[in-house]
Amino acid sequence: MRSFTYERATDARAAVAAVSRDGAKFISGGTNLLDLMKLDIEKPSHLVDISRLPLRDIEELPDGGLYIGAQAANSEVAADARVRTRYPVLSEALVSGASGQLRNKASTGGNLLQRTRCPYFYDTAAGCNKRDPGSGCSAIGGFNRIHAILGASESCIATHPSDMAVALAVLDAEIELLDADGAVRRVAIADFHRLPGDTPHIETVLRPGEMITGVLLPAPPPGRQRYRKVRDRASYEFALVSVAAVVSTTDRGTIDEARVAFGGVAHKPWRSAEAEAALTGRPATMDTYRAAAEAAMRDAVGQGHNDFKIELARRTLCRTLAQVAGAAEPGAG
Amino acid sequence: MSDPDTGPAGRSHGETAPLSAIRLNVNDQVRRLEVDPRTSLLDALREHLRLSGTKKGCDHGQCGACTVLVNGRRVNSCLSLAVMHEDDEIVTIEGLGDPDHLHPMQRAFVENDGFQCGYCTPGQICSAVGMLAEVAAGWPSHATTDVASPQMALTDEEIRERMSGNICRCAAYPNIVAAIRGTAEGGTQ
Repeated sequence: MRSFTYERATDARAAVAAVSRDGAKFISGGTNLLDLMKLDIEKPSHLVDISRLPLRDIEELPDGGLYIGAQAANSEVAADARVRTRYPVLSEALVSGASGQLRNKASTGGNLLQRTRCPYFYDTAAGCNKRDPGSGCSAIGGFNRIHAILGASESCIATHPSDMAVALAVLDAEIELLDADGAVRRVAIADFHRLPGDTPHIETVLRPGEMITGVLLPAPPPGRQRYRKVRDRASYEFALVSVAAVVSTTDRGTIDEARVAFGGVAHKPWRSAEAEAALTGRPATMDTYRAAAEAAMRDAVGQGHNDFKIELARRTLCRTLAQVAGAAEPGAG
Repeated sequence: MSDPDTGPAGRSHGETAPLSAIRLNVNDQVRRLEVDPRTSLLDALREHLRLSGTKKGCDHGQCGACTVLVNGRRVNSCLSLAVMHEDDEIVTIEGLGDPDHLHPMQRAFVENDGFQCGYCTPGQICSAVGMLAEVAAGWPSHATTDVASPQMALTDEEIRERMSGNICRCAAYPNIVAAIRGTAEGGTQ
C-alpha cells in the first residue's frame, strides 16, 4: 500500500475543508477503499476519517419519512425497527449484501460510493477505462458474465454492486450533500449515479470535496415491498440480477401504483419506468408481469457471457411481482 | 503525536509517513503504540501487540479469519486501519478466554469438534460471539422470513446465513453450526 497521511475530522465542516487538498479522500468504514488501496487501485495521499462524525442517527422527518445519517452502519439501518416496518425493501436489500462483519463497518454513504467488482477493474495488468481512462475495456470481448445489460457504453460495461442503492431507487430517496463552502444540496437517487458514457471513471454527480451527510426517505409508498436477489452463491455474493419492487393493488386486483428497480444490470440502480407503465392500471396477473418484464428489457443488450441475465432479469421481476401483488404462479415463493 | 524521524519498515514504494501514536483498549488493557498509518488493525494486533491468535487469511475481507470484536461488534480487522480505532474496545480470541478459562463458545467448539486445521477458528469464534449478540438484539438476516417481525427463530439456516462471512476450507461447517447452536441454547451468551 502506498504511504498516506491521516487525520480524523472533528466536524462536518472541518471534514470538507480537510479533503480539499490534493490527493485527499474521505474514509469511513473503509471496507471497499482499503481493499482497493491494498491493490494499488485507489492511491490517496491523505485520508480524512469521517467515521466518528455525528452523522450516525436515524431520525423521523416531519413528512412521515426518515433521515438516515451517512455514518449509520449498514447493519444498524437494516436492524432499525422503523426501517424494517415501513421500508422493509431497504432492510431486505441490506441484509442480502456482504457479510455480518462487513455490514457492521460499511457506512450508508460509503455503500453508495463503492466501486464496481468488475474483475478487470481489479486487475491492474488489464485495460480498464474506469481505473485508467483511455486504456480500453477488457471486459468487452472478455469474460463478461457479471456485466451490464442496460445503459452500458463502448467504454465500460461494469455494473454498480450495491443492493442498498436499488432499494433506495424504488423509495425515491434523496442524497444530502455538504460542500466545502458549507452549502447543502439534495440529489435524487435516480440522478446520483451516472451511466458510463465515455467517462466511466466519473461514477456519481458528487462534486470534488462534497461529502454525503445523509439519505432522506420520503414517507413510505403505498403497497407491499420486496427485494429479491439472484446470485451464484446463497450468501455473501454480489447480485447477478436483483429486483426491488413496491406494488399496491386495489380490492379488485388492479395495480394502481408500481415501482420497480433492477440491480446487477447496469452502471447504476436501474429504475424501470417502462415496467412501471406496463403494470399501472393493469390486472395483477402473470400475463401483466411478463409484459412488464418484456418492456423493462426491451433495450437490453448482452455481451456474450451475460446474455442469460436478460431472461433472468425478466423472470426475477415476474417472481418478485407475484410475491408482492399476488397472482402467484405454481411454485412461486 | 508523531515522530517524523522514525520511518516505518518500508514495505512498498519506498515511501515513509510519520508514525501515529495511538491508544487501543485490547482485551481490557490499555495499549499504546506507534504505527505507520497504513497498519491494519489486524497487523497492529499480530505484529505490534504479539496477539497472534487473530489470523490473516485473505487480507481482503473475504474469509473472516481476522474477525475481532470492536465495541462489541464483529468486524474484519484486515479492512480496518489501526489509527481509526483510538480508544475503541477490542476483544480478540485471547480476550475471550484462555485454556484454563474457556469462553463457552470456545468450549462448544472443542466439544463439537468444530474445526480441523484450526486456522479459521479464532475468527469463527469471535464472529459467532458477535453474531449471537446481534440475534439477542433482534437483528434480522437474509434468512429471516419477515424482516418486519421482531421475533426470529435461530434455525440452522439462520446460523449459516449469519456466519457466511467466515469461511472454513476444511469444511467443518456442520460441527461449527452445532457448536454455535449449543452455545445459543445453553444461554451462556
